[in-house]
Amino acid sequence: MKKLMWILLILFSFQVLAAIEIYQFDQPEQEKLYNQMIDELRCLVCQNQNLSASNAALARDLRKQTYQMVIDGQSHAQIVDYMTQRYGDFVLYRPPVKPSTALLWFGPIILLFVGVMVLIATLRKRDKLVDEPLNDDQHQQIKKLLDDGE
Amino acid sequence: MKNSLPLVIFILLVILLAVGLQLDPREVPSPYIGKAAPSFDLPRLHENSSTISPKEMKGKVWLLNVWASWCGACRAEHHVLNRLVKNYEIDIVGLNYKDRANDAKQWLKDLGNPYLMVAVDREGLTGIDWGVYGVPETFVIDQQGIIRYKNIGPVSQHDIDDIIMPLIAQLQQDNSL
Repeated sequence: MKKLMWILLILFSFQVLAAIEIYQFDQPEQEKLYNQMIDELRCLVCQNQNLSASNAALARDLRKQTYQMVIDGQSHAQIVDYMTQRYGDFVLYRPPVKPSTALLWFGPIILLFVGVMVLIATLRKRDKLVDEPLNDDQHQQIKKLLDDGE
Repeated sequence: MKNSLPLVIFILLVILLAVGLQLDPREVPSPYIGKAAPSFDLPRLHENSSTISPKEMKGKVWLLNVWASWCGACRAEHHVLNRLVKNYEIDIVGLNYKDRANDAKQWLKDLGNPYLMVAVDREGLTGIDWGVYGVPETFVIDQQGIIRYKNIGPVSQHDIDDIIMPLIAQLQQDNSL
C-alpha cells in the first residue's frame, strides 16, 4: 500500500512540475478549454510531449499564446487553425482525416483485416490436413523400433 | 516459389525500415512553403528607433535567418553565412530570437556581421508566426514575398551549394523572364 502511495505521488508530482506557470481564468469553461488545448497540442521541440508536459521554452511560449487566445474568447477551432497555420498538422496530437493522413487512420484497420484473413486461411488449410492411416509396413517398423528400445 | 514468400516479406520489411531510417522526424515540413511570408514590424538591433518589415525586401530574393547568441548551432553556421554574403550578391535579414540586445551585438562584433539588417524578436512572437521551433532556421523568400524553402538547423556549405544557391539562381532567372 505504501509503495502504491509512493508511485502515485511520483506520478502526479510530475504533472504539477510540468505546469509551472499559473494562469488565472475568469470562467471555468475557459480554463477547461485551455487545459484541453495544451493536452492536444504537441511541443515541436520535444516531439513526444504535449504542451502541458513539456518544459521547453517554445512550449512555454505556446502555452502563453494559447492562454492569450483562450481569454480573448477564441474557440477551439480558431486556436487549432492558428497553430496548424504556423506549424502544420504535426502540431496536433489528433491529426485530421485527409488523404495524406489516410494511411495513419486506416492503416491499422487494414492490417487487422489482413491478419484475420491470413488467420482464417491458415485455419481452413489446417482443417483439410487429415491424418493418413499408417500402412502395415509402417506399423511393423514402429513396433520394431519400440521393441528395440526396451 | 511457395518458399520464397518469407523472403519477399523480409525484403519488403527491410526496404520499409531502410526508408524509415532515412527520414528525419525532427524535420517538420513547414506549412509556409509556397505561401506568403508572415509580416512583422520589429525594431532594428542597431537602431532601436527604426523598424524592419519584410515589405522592404519586395522585388528581391532574400534570406531570413533566425538566430540567437545563446544558440550553439548558430555559432556553427555563422561562418557559412559570412562566406555566403562575401561570395554572392544576396541579402540576409537576421531575426534575433529571444536574445539580449547587448549579447547579440557583441556576438556580431566578435564573429562578423553577414546581415543586411537585424530585426529584434524579444518575446519570440514573430518566431511563432513564422513557425520557428528550433533555432537556427533559414527561409528563402522570393521577389513576391513567397517563402520558397526552409532550412531547419544550421546551414552547411553543402546546403548552400546544393540547395539554396541553385534555388536562388532559379528564382532570380524566373523573374527576369
